[in-house]
Amino acid sequence: MAASRAAVVGSLFWKCGSCSTGTFLICTNVNTQLLSRQICATPAMRRKNLAAAGPQKFTEEFIKKQVEEFNIGKRHLANMMDEDPQTFTQEDIDRSISYLFPSGLFDKRARPVMKHPDQVFPRQTAVQWGEDGRPFHYLFYTGKQSYYSLMHDMFSKILAVEKYQDRLRSKNLFSLDTKQISLAGSRWLLKEELEESLVENISDHDFARFIQLIERLVALPYGAAEEEFVLGYRRQLEVQSSKQEIQPLQYDQKGVAYSTADGRRKMSTASVTLKDSGSGKFTINGMDQLHYFPVLQDREQLLFPLHFARMLGRFDVDSSVTGGGRSAQAGALRLAISRALLSFLPEGQVEDMRQAGLLTPDPRVKERKKPGQEGARKKFTWKKR
Amino acid sequence: MQVRSVHSGSGLQLQAVAMETEPHPAKNLSVFRTTEADPARHSEQHAAQYYTLSPTHLRTVFPHGLPPRFQMQVKTFNEGCVMVRPPALEIISHLKKADYSKPALHYLLYGATGCGKTMSLCHVLHYCSTQGWLVLHIPDAHLWVKNCKELLPSSSRPSRFDQPVQASQWLQNFKVTNDHFLSKIKTTRRYVWTKRERTEEGRPLAELVEQGVNRVKSSSDVVGALLRELRLQAGQGDFRLAVAVDGVNAAWGKTSLKKEDKSVLLEELTLIHNMRKMLNNDWCGGAIITALSQTGSLYTSRLSYLPQELLGQEGFDKMDPFVPVPVSNYTEKEFESCYLYYMDRNWLQHPNSKCECYTGFMSDLRYPSTAGNLFIIKSFKTVCGPSYCSNFTYNIILFIMQ
Repeated sequence: MAASRAAVVGSLFWKCGSCSTGTFLICTNVNTQLLSRQICATPAMRRKNLAAAGPQKFTEEFIKKQVEEFNIGKRHLANMMDEDPQTFTQEDIDRSISYLFPSGLFDKRARPVMKHPDQVFPRQTAVQWGEDGRPFHYLFYTGKQSYYSLMHDMFSKILAVEKYQDRLRSKNLFSLDTKQISLAGSRWLLKEELEESLVENISDHDFARFIQLIERLVALPYGAAEEEFVLGYRRQLEVQSSKQEIQPLQYDQKGVAYSTADGRRKMSTASVTLKDSGSGKFTINGMDQLHYFPVLQDREQLLFPLHFARMLGRFDVDSSVTGGGRSAQAGALRLAISRALLSFLPEGQVEDMRQAGLLTPDPRVKERKKPGQEGARKKFTWKKR
Repeated sequence: MQVRSVHSGSGLQLQAVAMETEPHPAKNLSVFRTTEADPARHSEQHAAQYYTLSPTHLRTVFPHGLPPRFQMQVKTFNEGCVMVRPPALEIISHLKKADYSKPALHYLLYGATGCGKTMSLCHVLHYCSTQGWLVLHIPDAHLWVKNCKELLPSSSRPSRFDQPVQASQWLQNFKVTNDHFLSKIKTTRRYVWTKRERTEEGRPLAELVEQGVNRVKSSSDVVGALLRELRLQAGQGDFRLAVAVDGVNAAWGKTSLKKEDKSVLLEELTLIHNMRKMLNNDWCGGAIITALSQTGSLYTSRLSYLPQELLGQEGFDKMDPFVPVPVSNYTEKEFESCYLYYMDRNWLQHPNSKCECYTGFMSDLRYPSTAGNLFIIKSFKTVCGPSYCSNFTYNIILFIMQ
């Protein structure tokens, strides 16, 4: 679908540029149907059997043509938007497309998009055998040639490292305290990512064996020799807390630091102001927290962020909350307090707060009632007859 | 995770050690207790300290008077310890100086929920009891205006309703408290209960009470008669009468009782009618000590605690003039005392509670009026309830720190 949509967008630009019209539908299927038409052809037979066809195959020339069209279309788009075609980046393209084709669709993937064909069309393997029909790769007949060749390479590396270790042992130079490959801050490739890089489908079992083998390589004492190879199969984990936006502290007239933040949970919204050098006073909608939340559980929720950051008696909290029920209001206040607290915290603690779950907004909302059912999940009484 | 010990420790209790005449070398933290068990000798010197109620007194003076949570605590710790606090001391000092030939004075304990009104009342009653007064304690007037399963039309007056179960229960407890008086005081007139039962003039009150306990149907009228007798005879100077009512706002509030789907008016309940007559200060030779209570009251806002709000116009006028005694949250010293008491009883089982934590959060208690400073183990909650002052309206729950 993405392919056809991009093709449509690309084709529009092609039309702008030149007078010739080009239909870029794949006509092969239709042609074969016309050629092999039978005498008594029912509509059902003429319908394409989509399941049997398998994934769409794109030839190399087709992809090349798409790339040319994309580049020309990019220049036309730049001209249309009065910008320099030479320095027109993908972000500019996205911006222009969303301006020219505004869409109210909720799913971002359903909106019009113009991307380079390499990102749109899935990578295809080139033809695997020569003119005489003999396959190029020696493992072609295993069915998963790239996977098995990768495993074979890894194993030969393991053997090489073990041979080196034996040589060292024979010379009495073997020692266990060598530099090991550091795996901190990164994760193994996911199965989908491995499939993408190998351009082949692999099963869960195959993937598990792959991980097993590469961990065996990492575990060898002198495995550091293959560090580059191993790290190629690791992906860096971003520090999540770096994505958190922390507002800078504000100071009021007397020089006292304060910060404000909002929080939401279910149907309630809360807004909180934390003032420094306070006494632990806690006001909600003008009332003391003890009167507003008679239930212990709610008060625990409110005080947890401050307790976690060990800043219990330091702040004066002034807050307002509307909507929702008692638990929802407590949850909204807790989120708002955690966010307001971020401005006062040192770096390392922000990550701690995130891991404690204080900064995650709770996505659970009331599920909608469906027609034909009593409630969201409850069904009407089932009568056998 | 450890609690930071930021501050300079406000060991107010520990400072007191220097001033104590009898230092306790074994447990230097036992200054939260006092050995003075006689309420008459309690003074500011003993403020914020716990004194122990002897088991006999517990059984006789408070068969039904103590709050249920405190009763559970007594059972758990095998001892009843009450903290000496300013409101109770104030009332006791007034009682010591009052003139008992004048009409009885009203004392009204009021304050936010969980501040210690009932416990202060019990302390005062203990004083009265040790001084040999006759104690008439109605532990919770709210129990007489709601949830009564049986409501019988009164035998003596057609427009009234009787509550036999509540009345007989109360009479039993009254007997336990004041057994020694009942044989001495005599009735002043003849009471006819039914065609066959009557109590003659000059019989001891014990017989009257027996009558009420055995014949449940007429127990409400017995209560009325008993109260009348005590009112009349307290003025004659043989004994002093202490009328203690907890939740006195029930007498002038609303009731949720219904008779055949028609709501009953408060005036139509015998017990309430008699209680109101008792609360009128037209008798002498005693004192009327009362406490307000929002917790059990019907149709009142949760946050109201002032006498005007809870008593209503009518109640306020009837109680006027009274001596208002405000009861407030624990002060720093009282809080420390309470904490030490629970530690001493091994109730707080947190590993940090003994050392750093104590100094750490004692320092946080700079402003007792602010809530939400600290957290103490939820076990506190099971004994003393979270929002009660014996539960420090500071809202104290100590998180089990990881």
